[in-house]
Amino acid sequence: MRSIRNFGASAIVAACSLCAACARAPQPHTLSIAAAADLQFALEEAPRSFHQAHPDTQLRVAYGSSGNFYAQIRNGAPFDLFLSADAQYPRTLAHDGLAAGAVFNYAAGRIVVWVPSSSPLDPATALRDPSVRHVAIANPAHAPYGRAAEAALRAMGLYDSLQAKLVLSENISQAFQFVQSGAADVGIVALSLASAPAARGQGRYWEVPAETYPKMEQCGVILKDSAAARQFRDWLTGPAGRALLLRYGFWLPGE
Amino acid sequence: MDWQAIWLSVRLAASTTAILLALGLPIAYWLTFSRRRWKFLVEAVVALPLVLPPTVLGFYVLLAIGPRSPVGALYAKLTGGMLPFSFQGLLLASVLYSLPFTVQPVAAAFAGVDRKLVEASWCLGVSRAATFRRVIVPLAAPGIATGAILSFAHTMGEFGVVLMVGGNIAGVTRTVSISIYDQVQSLDYGAATETSLFLLAISFAVLAATYALQRRVWAIWPAN
Repeated sequence: MRSIRNFGASAIVAACSLCAACARAPQPHTLSIAAAADLQFALEEAPRSFHQAHPDTQLRVAYGSSGNFYAQIRNGAPFDLFLSADAQYPRTLAHDGLAAGAVFNYAAGRIVVWVPSSSPLDPATALRDPSVRHVAIANPAHAPYGRAAEAALRAMGLYDSLQAKLVLSENISQAFQFVQSGAADVGIVALSLASAPAARGQGRYWEVPAETYPKMEQCGVILKDSAAARQFRDWLTGPAGRALLLRYGFWLPGE
Repeated sequence: MDWQAIWLSVRLAASTTAILLALGLPIAYWLTFSRRRWKFLVEAVVALPLVLPPTVLGFYVLLAIGPRSPVGALYAKLTGGMLPFSFQGLLLASVLYSLPFTVQPVAAAFAGVDRKLVEASWCLGVSRAATFRRVIVPLAAPGIATGAILSFAHTMGEFGVVLMVGGNIAGVTRTVSISIYDQVQSLDYGAATETSLFLLAISFAVLAATYALQRRVWAIWPAN
């Protein structure tokens, strides 16, 4: 009994001294970011590069559908920064007084026609191929990439003939996954996904001409002001961030 | 309100329930009366959809019915069609997903049937199939009804699996839960609320009916 009590006491002492040690160490600032799904691969590299310039800031990035984040932020989701896949969501947040800074443009998305490497189709002509049964695109009702894909199909005069073959995915990553699994023959996906290291070698793509769809400007906004949030915004729109976004298949603002 | 999606969900749920009754009754019978040692393995497999995330089930089903899988290839050979993004594909996924919702209540009801009555029937020379039809099923009817209603309701509310294998085609795979999700995503909260309320009302009615059935509340005047 006594030894148990002693053990308990020493455990408490040990725990307390551990806590004290933790408290004394400098607390790194954690920056919480809600980012569009197409940034998944580009931002995986961001912490390393950003960390060099700002060692005391930790990045915590959540990826998902911009529409989902928009609804969550409206209902008090604790994000410091929102990087949307379009311009409208951040603008509406800023307009409604839910942002702590001006809306900034950081990139523009590009779309490609993607086929898996096992497919006999040529991505440049795949959309006109009669053997194609399903074409995967993101849902134009709420995904910016879906709207761009639909606009491009209309501009190329293919929308009416392909309409019955379209399958709509929840977001752009899922459109990619539909094709990758073989369930759809061809997909219109983000260049940022098709050219990502994880997808390279798994398929071939053809870039959809930029003049066939409206420019997909991607904007962000600071939701909770802090030095770290401003530093990240400046880093993303500065030379290092621009080089990274260009390498991962985005157009840069002002180009 | 998206009546097309509601009607699709009702059709999907009704077809799923019909298939599950045909499939679930024999499985439940076997699970109740079999004395195989490895029965627990089958029980675990049947119960898997209860604990697996729908995304896991949906992802596997998508891979399993795709044109590169043996199942998908066989189906393409037999029918010339493809299972992914079709009503049939959704039906297959729903049957797997709701299997425990039929089998478990039915198996429990079978187990609750007085063994003496079953054995008496056998001793009187009635075949096993006829005993099943004329003794076990009538006595287990409330359990079977519960299983059918739960499967129907579960399929009506199915979301994750449909999202993974459906492809959101209007009138083919856009079920009511997907339609609500789309409405929320495109910030059409008014329409989403309307459809959600409708689904909530249906779900409540179905569950209330189930529990009423179990408690036999309609027997207000006891038969003498």
